[in-house]
Amino acid sequence: MQSGLEDQLALYQKRIPIFTRSVKGRFRRFKTSVLALAYAIYFLLPWLPWSRPDAPAQAVLFDLPGRRFLIFGLTVYPQDVIWLALLLFIAAILLFFVTGLVGRAFCGYFCFQTLWTDCFIWIERLIQGERPARVRLYRQPWDREKILKLGGTHALWLLASFWTGLTFAAYFSYAPQLVVDFFTGQAAAAAYITVAVLTLSTYAAAGLMREQICTYVCPYGRFQSVMYEAETLAVHYDAKRGEGAQGRAVVRAGRGIALERRKGGARPADGPERRRIQLSNAERARAERQAQGYGDCVDCGLCVQVCPAGIDIRDGLQYKCISCGLCIDACNTIMDSFGFPRGLIRYDSEQNLASPAPQAPKLHWKRLKIIGYGVSLVLMTGYLGYSIATRSSFDRAVNQVRQPLYVVLSNGDIRNRYQIRITNKSGAETRYRITAQGVPAQALDLGNFAEIGIKPGHSGLVQASVRLSPSEAARIRQFELTITPAGRPDEARSERLRFDSPGHTS
Amino acid sequence: MSEQKLQSQTVQTTGHAWDGDLQEYNNPLPVWWVYTFYATVIFSIVYWVVYPSWPFGKGWLGGVADITYVNSDGETKTHSWNTRALLMEKLNAASAEQKPYFDKVASMSYEQIAKDPEMNGFIQSAGRALFSDNCAPCHQAGGQGKIGFFPNLTDDDWLYGGSYAKIHETLMDGRRGYMPTFGEVLAADQIDNLANYVASLSDIAHDAAKASAGNALFHSETAACFYCHGADAKGRKDVGAPNLTDNIWLWADAPGAEAAEGKIAAIRGVIAQGLNKGVMPAWAGRLSPEQIKVLTVYVHDLGGGQ
Repeated sequence: MQSGLEDQLALYQKRIPIFTRSVKGRFRRFKTSVLALAYAIYFLLPWLPWSRPDAPAQAVLFDLPGRRFLIFGLTVYPQDVIWLALLLFIAAILLFFVTGLVGRAFCGYFCFQTLWTDCFIWIERLIQGERPARVRLYRQPWDREKILKLGGTHALWLLASFWTGLTFAAYFSYAPQLVVDFFTGQAAAAAYITVAVLTLSTYAAAGLMREQICTYVCPYGRFQSVMYEAETLAVHYDAKRGEGAQGRAVVRAGRGIALERRKGGARPADGPERRRIQLSNAERARAERQAQGYGDCVDCGLCVQVCPAGIDIRDGLQYKCISCGLCIDACNTIMDSFGFPRGLIRYDSEQNLASPAPQAPKLHWKRLKIIGYGVSLVLMTGYLGYSIATRSSFDRAVNQVRQPLYVVLSNGDIRNRYQIRITNKSGAETRYRITAQGVPAQALDLGNFAEIGIKPGHSGLVQASVRLSPSEAARIRQFELTITPAGRPDEARSERLRFDSPGHTS
Repeated sequence: MSEQKLQSQTVQTTGHAWDGDLQEYNNPLPVWWVYTFYATVIFSIVYWVVYPSWPFGKGWLGGVADITYVNSDGETKTHSWNTRALLMEKLNAASAEQKPYFDKVASMSYEQIAKDPEMNGFIQSAGRALFSDNCAPCHQAGGQGKIGFFPNLTDDDWLYGGSYAKIHETLMDGRRGYMPTFGEVLAADQIDNLANYVASLSDIAHDAAKASAGNALFHSETAACFYCHGADAKGRKDVGAPNLTDNIWLWADAPGAEAAEGKIAAIRGVIAQGLNKGVMPAWAGRLSPEQIKVLTVYVHDLGGGQ
């Protein structure tokens, strides 16, 4: 546990450095897989090509100056911001759903801070060595070795941060051109500023501040913790099993290591037989240990050494724990070496731990909150998919001119005017034809633009007027206007419009 | 964890005690917070130097940047950076951006402009803005005018002509509608007869005898209405005399009256009092030629252009 309270003379809390020991296990493997997948996607995606007639050949490009997002075959215009809103809602509900089930899994496995801190710690270990070496290096005075090793570590960190920043900028600009322009001094000022800011912030956050982001800065940790319930799976130390009656105790002969050894004769061959003998020795040893009242925790401190947040999980669930599961792997490794059963530290629910007859940990999904979030996730994702699948190739806004609402012409006819704005959202220049249904054929006047050609990403305005005799106007209160892209009648869209005349304006 | 156990666990307080035993912890602040705070202090000082900041005397510390703009009199001015000059600079830039469109308007004919979708879009947006600022105060927001005051530009009836050329002429030179005060030269019953005749031309219930008397008077030398309004009462565009046979009313508020009697009274009023208030300003000199051309096309497109 971090005490953290310095004596009064200090003005501020100096960060107590954490040197994590590396560990192997299921959760470490999972973390590494997520890291590899996330990095592959993040760093490689801007370089994926995608041929397009009217835009750069990059599969994922957020073309801010062109006011469109190009995502594989989909072009998203500002009018489609509802999709972004839905996506954000889905992301938020997915987070709440996952957190309600397995706690701060996002923090421990998926968060960018965790991923980059993990990667930076890996770089640190690569250059400076395992934990004992790093602690020794930290404590030694500044000599050639320390300068080279620390300098090399920070240099690699800066390089990784720089590439992170440049990759981010590559999502907003055609990547090959951006890299060339960047290094020849021709990129836009925004590119240099963005890359500089992201390099510095990545370096600071993942290299210098590390777990302080999680502890002090990040709001996600605070509100995720609030979403815990008694059934939520969290990383717990099984105190009942670990402490026993007498508390923890270091293992020694008679207290967890079998007193007898198989005397004489050759050892059995490696493999299952040896393991079986080992286990039965260990089972006896454990039984002896438990008979003396000691818990299974051997006080090795490995769970504390591997923790990236610097906490002791044996003190219980804490606000700093990011639920990364490395302490589980560490403890399981130690338990394996003594032949004790795994799971002294494990993902479990508070409810299960506190119950008099604990069962094997399982996912408590049959809760109203979880089911509610799950259902809303399904509905929102379904709607998003449906909305994207049924998107129109053009956007339209048809408005009746309201000043004046109608005009009486010199022969008594009534005329209403309409403004039709068509935005071409397809990838190619298209001609659009406008027709009316529900009014006589001669009534619709489209001026010079019965057909209008519009370039992709642009919009065009058509002034339409409908002219009816007074008797027709009294009869016809609504009609339909249809816009059809030339040659593609299945993409036609209609609007219902009203016709106003004296005495008939509601 | 190796470091933490070596340090003390003392809890320090600020030293004060209120109400006997109420004390306050003096917890140390995080490093990154303190240095960020120092950075903001330095940032402020840099900001004071670079941006306009402290006032002194009659001026102020102007910052390192200057800004140059062209004001509405065409003079180029330079000043230390301020937001008003920034606005002027942006207006200059906007005018420059708009200039190619106005140049196109100047070089294309009316028919060419009307057929080009891109120019159509420009006319609608620029024309709408110009119309709202200059024309809408009289002709109303959509150009629908006001009976008794200003003509309706959206219908297909034109006092002086609805072609591009005529609309342009109206805009450039203005108009002055005039009708003599016939109340001073005609008797009340003569005016009544004329009013009934005009009503008969527009399908308003009238007295047939009075109407036929009015018909004779209309075409006589006494009233001589046909001089301006034409022998067929269909108006004369060269003097701006309206067509009396259609359904469109500008000066006499016939549509505003419910009963025929009210309508005829309105017509009587116009004949008796005459008209001297139909004044449209001349826009040549107030707006640039390109702006007037834009307005010409815009007004033509309001629906009634010929």
